[in-house]
Amino acid sequence: MSCVADVAADYADDRVLVEALRRGDEAAFGWLLERHHASLTRLARTYVATAAAADEVVQETWMAVITGIDRFEQRSSVKTWLHRIVANRARTKGVREHRSVPFGSLADEIEPDQPAVDATRFRASGRRAGAWSSPPTPWDEEPEARLLATETRSVIEAAIAALPPNQQRVITLRDLEGWDATDVCNALDLSETNQRVLLHRARAKVRGALEDHFEDERS
Amino acid sequence: MILPRLLRRDRDDYPCQQFVEVVTDYLEGVMSPTDRARFERHLARCDGCDRYLAQIRRTIELTGTLTVADLDELGFEARDRLMGAFREFHAAP
Repeated sequence: MSCVADVAADYADDRVLVEALRRGDEAAFGWLLERHHASLTRLARTYVATAAAADEVVQETWMAVITGIDRFEQRSSVKTWLHRIVANRARTKGVREHRSVPFGSLADEIEPDQPAVDATRFRASGRRAGAWSSPPTPWDEEPEARLLATETRSVIEAAIAALPPNQQRVITLRDLEGWDATDVCNALDLSETNQRVLLHRARAKVRGALEDHFEDERS
Repeated sequence: MILPRLLRRDRDDYPCQQFVEVVTDYLEGVMSPTDRARFERHLARCDGCDRYLAQIRRTIELTGTLTVADLDELGFEARDRLMGAFREFHAAP
């Protein structure tokens, strides 16, 4: 703590961060805004109908952080705590807006079983029923440049945007932001099993979208 | 149920259609050792499923290269307002 320049790096340590916020350290709060605002906004948008409503939820959350940091018990990480506040507030707002039914968070879970891969890709009968009839073709031949092309990214973005909200939230936090399963369960109030089912469905759909995209390019 | 499966231990009777549904359980490390062994036995023998798993891994990797959209960034005005609120809260007696 002797060198001021070192302090910023330490905000990644929750104990340092929380202590700094309680002290009124503006750099700490600025760091927190930079780090989480975009992610919080993105999460809020999956619950409410408009961008304005999402912004409102996130603003309220920041105000709650300013006034509530003293009461934060650090049973979870700051990151999880912030996202949990946004999820709770946005959920309430979403219900009020009739965007989702009161059991909105269950809506994705009770949707009919969607296979990871369309049933027509497998043999329907015979000794080898359930084996691939139309197996995936390798992507490895795709030049690296094409895999990372802007177009590929927009395919993934579009596929994620088309997912049911619950799947969108899970794949965004897990695969885009690199969270672990436990943090996602805590932030979104999901059981481990449900988190996994949502992730499974989401990844399968994004893979399918990439497959279609690469096949279109080939033909 | 368990016994017949054990007796047929080295026979690969895993339908691919079932394989693709447990890929996430496999990657998340929540499979029992028995199921895991059965999964890996099929994987070693089936090109289609090997490719499928590789594509799921690639999908995860590619999704990880995305960044949260620029439009979600905090505007200067909103940032100033929040910094002001933080300052005021701590300045209050």
